[in-house]
Amino acid sequence: MADARASILAGIRAALRDRPPTPPVPRAYRRTGEASVELLAERVAHYRAAVHVVAEDGLGALLGDLLAGRVVVAPADLPWDVPGVTWLRDDPPLPLDRLDEADGVLTGCAVAIAPTGTIVLDAGAAQGRRALTLLPDYHVCVVRADQVAGSVPEALARLDPTRPLTFISGPSATSDIELDRVEGVHGPRTLVVVIVRGAT
Amino acid sequence: MTWLGSPKFPDAARAALADTQLRRNLRNATTTIRGRRAEAVDELPDWEELRRAGEAIKEQVLHHLDTYLEQLEAAVTRRGGTVHWARDAAEANAVVRDLVGDAEEVVKVKSMTTAEIGLNEALAAAGVHAVETDLAELIVQLGDDRPSHILVPAIHRNRAEIREIFRAAGLEAESDDPRVLAEAARAHLRRKFLSCDVAISGANFAVADTGSVVVLESEGNGRMCLTLPRRLITVMGIEKVVPTWQDLEVFLQLLPRSSTAERMNPYTSVWTGVTPGDGPQEFHLVLLDNGRTATLADPEGRQALRCIRCSACLNVCPVYERTGGRSYGSVYPGPIGAIITPQLVDDPRDEQAASLPFASSLCGACFEVCPVRIDIPEVLTHLRAEVVRARGRDAESVAMAAAAWVFASPRRYAAAQKLGSLARFLARDGRLSRLPGPGAAWTSSRDAPVPAREPFREWWRKNRG
Amino acid sequence: MEKVALFATCLTDTLYPDTARAAVRLLERLGCSVDFPLGQTCCGQMHFNTGYRRHAVDLAGRFQQVFAGYDAVVAPSGSCAAMVRDVHPRLGAGTPRTFELSEFLVDVLGVTEVGAYFPHRVTYHPTCHSLRMLGVGEKPLALLRAVRGLDLVELPAATECCGFGGTFAIKNADTSTAMLADKMRHVLDTGAEVLTAGDNSCLMHIGGGLSRLRAGVRPVHLAEILASTEEEPWTPASR
Repeated sequence: MADARASILAGIRAALRDRPPTPPVPRAYRRTGEASVELLAERVAHYRAAVHVVAEDGLGALLGDLLAGRVVVAPADLPWDVPGVTWLRDDPPLPLDRLDEADGVLTGCAVAIAPTGTIVLDAGAAQGRRALTLLPDYHVCVVRADQVAGSVPEALARLDPTRPLTFISGPSATSDIELDRVEGVHGPRTLVVVIVRGAT
Repeated sequence: MTWLGSPKFPDAARAALADTQLRRNLRNATTTIRGRRAEAVDELPDWEELRRAGEAIKEQVLHHLDTYLEQLEAAVTRRGGTVHWARDAAEANAVVRDLVGDAEEVVKVKSMTTAEIGLNEALAAAGVHAVETDLAELIVQLGDDRPSHILVPAIHRNRAEIREIFRAAGLEAESDDPRVLAEAARAHLRRKFLSCDVAISGANFAVADTGSVVVLESEGNGRMCLTLPRRLITVMGIEKVVPTWQDLEVFLQLLPRSSTAERMNPYTSVWTGVTPGDGPQEFHLVLLDNGRTATLADPEGRQALRCIRCSACLNVCPVYERTGGRSYGSVYPGPIGAIITPQLVDDPRDEQAASLPFASSLCGACFEVCPVRIDIPEVLTHLRAEVVRARGRDAESVAMAAAAWVFASPRRYAAAQKLGSLARFLARDGRLSRLPGPGAAWTSSRDAPVPAREPFREWWRKNRG
Repeated sequence: MEKVALFATCLTDTLYPDTARAAVRLLERLGCSVDFPLGQTCCGQMHFNTGYRRHAVDLAGRFQQVFAGYDAVVAPSGSCAAMVRDVHPRLGAGTPRTFELSEFLVDVLGVTEVGAYFPHRVTYHPTCHSLRMLGVGEKPLALLRAVRGLDLVELPAATECCGFGGTFAIKNADTSTAMLADKMRHVLDTGAEVLTAGDNSCLMHIGGGLSRLRAGVRPVHLAEILASTEEEPWTPASR
């Protein structure tokens, strides 16, 4: 289709014969915002996700409460070990059917956006590949206070766009029936966000 | 683009207006989403600044579209993806058909662009079943129906009707609770996600300088399609490119609040070419023209290409709210459809497309909410002028020329006022309830004013002149 | 003392002369010197909006000539004022400072209390072009709130179009009527006896529907309400 490429580009150049001047992009919108744990917790909860805010020394016990007795998928480099959990480490990579049968998955995240209640995964530390957080029905995600950004612009600036990114704002949902929002469609039906307060 | 054999808008609308269930479904849905959008937007003190930025970025894209597409192609290729170009629907469908290979079934993320080119039908003709995985698209597909909204294709259906559609297709749902219906869809599609080898998607944005492609969605069906299959094919209109990664900071705020009225939609996926060991190991990006460069060539009409398909204009449009999306006879309904469809069709002899720019009272509600500030009323009047030009001389143009001739001279104008006041003799009890000619369309539902005994200018001349 | 030219608009001049007379009375009462250049006809909006651009360009050019030399042009119509202010420049016609009546009163003369008296229950429909093209905002309501004796009732879903849209009402009569039905329902819900607005075109549309239904609500242009006083009360059009 080399000819398609050439003819589309030629068409664009002909269409822009007037080469209209392009004014610079006005970027007077806000770049920063409130990067607080409280705001993140409030906004995540608004999507009907479960939210817990804990101190560093309470994290182990809380994860135990959340995961005990379950079969849980873990990225190969998961730093947290919780007793009473049957771990499925993604090393070597688990087949999709195994992921689908698991009860849940535990991950960290790359960045969180407080005002929109969003967590972002970038397949980096403690997150694993994208399929891990997609097939199990119960996703527990740990966010550290220093990962919380105060605005969308701040968050994007912290991310590497060439990594596979997933922005998650609450559990999967649909408004396709009478624009009535229903949580839980194809993605995990339950999202639990655990926010670890920074040392104060 | 347009559905073959669609009646002209006024005729399609007449039928839709009589559908009381449709009217109620639409009124409920649009009223709900309008209120929610207003809340989501009012929360941001810098909404207007974001709109201005969004508009300017999109203008920049359009004015240098060739450069950005070449950048995008280079970046995607560098990261292990393959870029294809398609001039029109037939070319795009052929590219995708070849890429699908011997797969008998493919899963699809909701995509306006693939609907525009009739991809599912083209694949079906080649023996490939394309499974729509978005709940509303599934409802439309199972009901052998047509989408009527950009964001919520089944907005014209209510829960009871949807349950019926599911039942007829062999999907049992215990009740018509949306939760139960969503659950039925989940069960129906789960196997397909896990076993499908090829997925097809559209794209909300593609970043020229990094080669990253972005899809916003809610249900997770998008993530399934973008993550699990071995081969991913993305079909994207050429106007969807944005210059830099930073530019997304504007659109990731404008789009969710304008479309689903959320601070952020549940899932946004970004991928750049192929990532070893994570997601599809083969990625194809199909860049589609299909009338876009022709639209770009019209300095007055090209702003329509700024559209980010949020659907806010549909939800506030008083015409759309009453006639529904299918009256527009195209995959792009509502005010934005009325300016995109005729430009993409680009055929002055297509009477259905030519009727679309007139399907508006020019109330301006669409422009008010458009996140990229497309002046839809301005483009509508521009396209009306194109239609009038193409039609040439007819009864209307003769009448309009006569009116202009009258207005060109105060003397003729005053004489016409005197002539018009003869209509006073048609009045009964101070009312005019039946006018002849085109006026009959007025008096079908409204009385007409009785011309004054004495126009104002007469009074002025006598008393002040 | 402002020397203003009244642009009556072709619709008001021909069908609703009472509105133009009321505008003159009101402006003079507020100390303006009003002129009505007899060369005026139409601003070209109908032609422009229906796709007859060449005729619209000619009419815009005429308008500019007729109104050149006045401090300000005032029109009792948001729609026509918007045509002159927003569209004429795009058609190559510059234009003197043009205002819709309520804008002129509030922004230029700086008044909201105009000494009016109108003892009726009234609801106000903000017309689309005055609202979205001109941005008159709350000005008409501020003027109405200051009218003695007037009982102002809020119109539900006020900002929704009534379905007039010029030739839209003819070309898409069914959709237009559906929009009109909802607008009338909202008007009737208020229990008002008078429906007012800043545009006779929309009042002609909604009023025509209400009249067909014998609904018992009368359309009265904003200028006529504001011109009405205890000494010279408003009287229904002498037709």
